[in-house]
Amino acid sequence: MKKIFGHPKSLRNIPTHYCAGCGHGIAHRLVAEVIDELGIRERIIAIAPVGCSVIAYDYWDFDCTEAAHGRALAVATAIKRVRPENIVFTYQGDGDLAAIGTNETIHAANRGENITVIFINNAVYGMTGGQMAPTTLLGQKTATTPSGRNAKFEGYPLKISEILAVLPAVKYIERTSLSSPAEVIKTKKAITQAFKNQMENVGFSMVEILSPCPTYWDMSPKQALDWIKDVMSKEFPLGRIK
Amino acid sequence: MAKTKVLMTGNEAIAEGAVHAGCRFYAGYPITPQNELTAYMAKRMPKVNGIFIQAESEISAINMVFGASLAGARAMTSSSSPGISLKQEGISYLAGCQLPAVIVNIMRGGPGLGNIAPSQSDYFQATKGGGHGDYHSIVLAPSTVQECFDFMEIAFALADRYRNTVIILGDGMLGQMMEPLQLSVVSCQLSDKNNLKTENRKLKTKKWALTGCKNRKPNIIRSLFLKEGALEELNKKLQNKYNEIRAKEIRCETFNLKGAKIILVAYGTTARIAKGACVKFKKYKLGLIRPITLWPFPEQIIKNAANKAKAALVVEMSAGQMLEDVKLAVEGKIPIEFFGRMGGGVPTEEEIIKKVIAL
Repeated sequence: MKKIFGHPKSLRNIPTHYCAGCGHGIAHRLVAEVIDELGIRERIIAIAPVGCSVIAYDYWDFDCTEAAHGRALAVATAIKRVRPENIVFTYQGDGDLAAIGTNETIHAANRGENITVIFINNAVYGMTGGQMAPTTLLGQKTATTPSGRNAKFEGYPLKISEILAVLPAVKYIERTSLSSPAEVIKTKKAITQAFKNQMENVGFSMVEILSPCPTYWDMSPKQALDWIKDVMSKEFPLGRIK
Repeated sequence: MAKTKVLMTGNEAIAEGAVHAGCRFYAGYPITPQNELTAYMAKRMPKVNGIFIQAESEISAINMVFGASLAGARAMTSSSSPGISLKQEGISYLAGCQLPAVIVNIMRGGPGLGNIAPSQSDYFQATKGGGHGDYHSIVLAPSTVQECFDFMEIAFALADRYRNTVIILGDGMLGQMMEPLQLSVVSCQLSDKNNLKTENRKLKTKKWALTGCKNRKPNIIRSLFLKEGALEELNKKLQNKYNEIRAKEIRCETFNLKGAKIILVAYGTTARIAKGACVKFKKYKLGLIRPITLWPFPEQIIKNAANKAKAALVVEMSAGQMLEDVKLAVEGKIPIEFFGRMGGGVPTEEEIIKKVIAL
């Protein structure tokens, strides 16, 4: 009988440390499935961020490195330049990519580095205890915005994907979410596109994935998925940005 | 065949020396007084199929070096004092991940934005770690333009041999000064020069590097160890490595030590001036110890010399940083005096002698 579904080779068969309802497990698996399907596991060099998914290398089964907080795209730039035959991707959270690493992000994108970026936007710093992220919504309560984010003092949710989209060297940006099985399938398609682009030397490609953090949103897993659909994706509209 | 000489600045000699030593990745950011180095690499790297990137910041430059190094390339960045402060995070990560890299600091006056004149006030930062955590970079201090070229071969070989960061600590005068030099290593003072050369030429495949997991298990580069005891184990390994470096890699020049009453201790540009004082004012019977590796520090050589001399004078372009290491080495056996200029001031031979007379 033909086997039509199985555990991805690129994902180790061990339990993750993520909280119940967290999106990282799904996103890790999607990345692993895409890499298997494209047959590029042996060419992959991945860069894990600083954040909840810092030990993504414990789950993925291919070459991985850590980068200092925010520096993933500087590290990725050099790896890809030194080894253009490899497939290089970063997996970064909102704080990593759009706060402490904004400079690295914008300039790697502006140079048009031929790398793939998986950007997990969950509107909060998870690993450090639920502080305000650059993408935290107005009114959203976090450890450092106890009365909710106030535009007067904390500014507005940073739309880094839209900012990057104006750069001529950026070739592909799509925003997706993990709020339902249908959205998960769309996310996988976008990740596939972002990797294919690199294989075909198209240039800088990024997928922004709206991902649930029930723990620091103070919601049940189901409520968190609904919040992405009903609230978060109003602020961060889904679809192809570039 | 007579070797022809060329005229170069120290900055350019460092760049050409790096290329000669197999460096094929350079990332840098403009800062005076090291700009000639970056500009030289921009022209030179493409000619040897190397990679040059002008980074968006010092922080990005050192992290690009991190990426290039973990991908197996011989990689280097350069900067001057304020920029080197920004690179400390990256250097600490390189240390934690045990990645080889060469970092050039052409020191200028500080603190803060300071000025662009020569200084040696980053000695503490370079030799004691600099970033967070218990680590050391190997620190080499050239004092001539020829050494700027020559030491790059040692720097890259040591970086690869120990999977460690190596800092080239020069100053604005050395970086900017032009001198004739031979574009082949002449003044290494290496006990193991031949070994280093072989190591450099072979450029063995680095088994730990990330190259894609074809026909092998995946490689992981990390400095995060959350499991109880795991980080302490890594630190013990690092300390063992540092002890091995201390035992094997000390490099030092001594001059006129025989019969010397007063020992001058100085490195880099200052050592050249101190040497000038030894020659010019013979009647004071001055000898010179010039540490070439500032870390590991030549304690034993200084200690032995102290047993035979009346006093020692440490000369630096700082408020007295290497002075502390000299004091530790001498262990109070003889009086240690200090003469230093700060904020861009450069000591003269006459100033040194005045201080010697006052001893």
